[in-house]
Amino acid sequence: MMRLAVASGKGGTGKTTVAIALAESLSLDPDQIVLVSDCDVEAPNVHLYLDPDFKQSRDVNVLIPQVDEDSCTGCGICSEVCQYNAIILLKDHPMVFPSLCHGCGSCMLNCPENAIQEIPNQIGILERGIGKKNISLRQGLLNPGEPLTVPVIADLKKWNEGLSPQLEIIDSPPGASCPVVEAIRGVDFLLLVTEPTPFGLHDLKQAHQVANELGIRSGVIINRDGLGEADIESYCRENNTPLLMTIPLDKKIGAGLARGDTLIEIYPEYEDKFSLLYQEVIQIVKEVVD
Amino acid sequence: MKFAISSSTGNPDKEFSARFGRCAYFLLVDEGADNWEKISNPAVNAQGGAGTQVVQYLADQGVNAVISGRYGPNAYEALAAAGINAYLANSGTPRQLLELAQAGSLSSAAGPTGEGMHLRGGGGRGGRGGRGGRRK
Repeated sequence: MMRLAVASGKGGTGKTTVAIALAESLSLDPDQIVLVSDCDVEAPNVHLYLDPDFKQSRDVNVLIPQVDEDSCTGCGICSEVCQYNAIILLKDHPMVFPSLCHGCGSCMLNCPENAIQEIPNQIGILERGIGKKNISLRQGLLNPGEPLTVPVIADLKKWNEGLSPQLEIIDSPPGASCPVVEAIRGVDFLLLVTEPTPFGLHDLKQAHQVANELGIRSGVIINRDGLGEADIESYCRENNTPLLMTIPLDKKIGAGLARGDTLIEIYPEYEDKFSLLYQEVIQIVKEVVD
Repeated sequence: MKFAISSSTGNPDKEFSARFGRCAYFLLVDEGADNWEKISNPAVNAQGGAGTQVVQYLADQGVNAVISGRYGPNAYEALAAAGINAYLANSGTPRQLLELAQAGSLSSAAGPTGEGMHLRGGGGRGGRGGRGGRRK
């Protein structure tokens, strides 16, 4: 199986547009089962385009401490070991703040009285279904107000029972921090979608550095070419990173996407372009393996 | 009654700090006394949960009332559990604010007044272009 991820650094550059265009182009081949994983769990939106019937869902839980007040002696070790200040000692009683807890288990493991047990705290859900053109879609959805995206992304990527795709395309969240690392970890190749603006280039560099740190090969797609003057091509050349595609700034694309049409539905010729891009990616991945 | 007032300078005669969990200093003082004590905020560089860490620290110092500009949801919950009165201030020096509190002219927070800063606004998530400026 081949695993690709789409990331950008800056939000709104076209990650989802690219992820869906690639999925659509490659799902034409009846032997190719394509899975899209929407890891932008704060605002998953691939479903708006693929319109799946989500038939399966499951909860995402993190384990949070529950203190047995009868056995607790108020020693405070739990609050001392907590790196996130999610458990504090007030008037000799531990108080737990679920929204701060990362579920590491340190308080439970260090409690000398075994007064702490872990209970599940539901922070989000996962959903799975089949959408347009027989593309499988799975997405995570973080509950509003919850701060921890990483456990939702990690659980989504592990929810593999009953799935056997030849290709997985991961739509990553924006940014260049933990959620992105979790989303792109373990992929064979990363597509970095950017726009030729100072913001696009600045965040492209950050996302590219994350990929390099993780040892993931990457290539760049410029979207909305003509929007600004930032020299993405020079950046790619200087950093020995392939520029795989350029999508022009085009009102028809913007209007179509806003209506809920996919890039392939707006301009069917992109089907061939993305199939070729995929062949190029396969070549690069093979070279690395060889 | 022991007060803790958030401050960026540690000087009772300079403007107070409206930040609670991550102010640089707290000024501790007893009601009706002039025994100002400057302490560094132990949570100023906390990875997360600065508000809760500060509340535990201040409770351990025997503080009964705090004066700051805003309190996040976790800090507020911890203050309420610790039985610490959370006064709200807009501007003034710690010395002036203490006088106002003692005169009964400062109101207490009736609930969280800040959004809470836990994992927000950092981590390179500032640029959600085209998505209505949603920040996380």
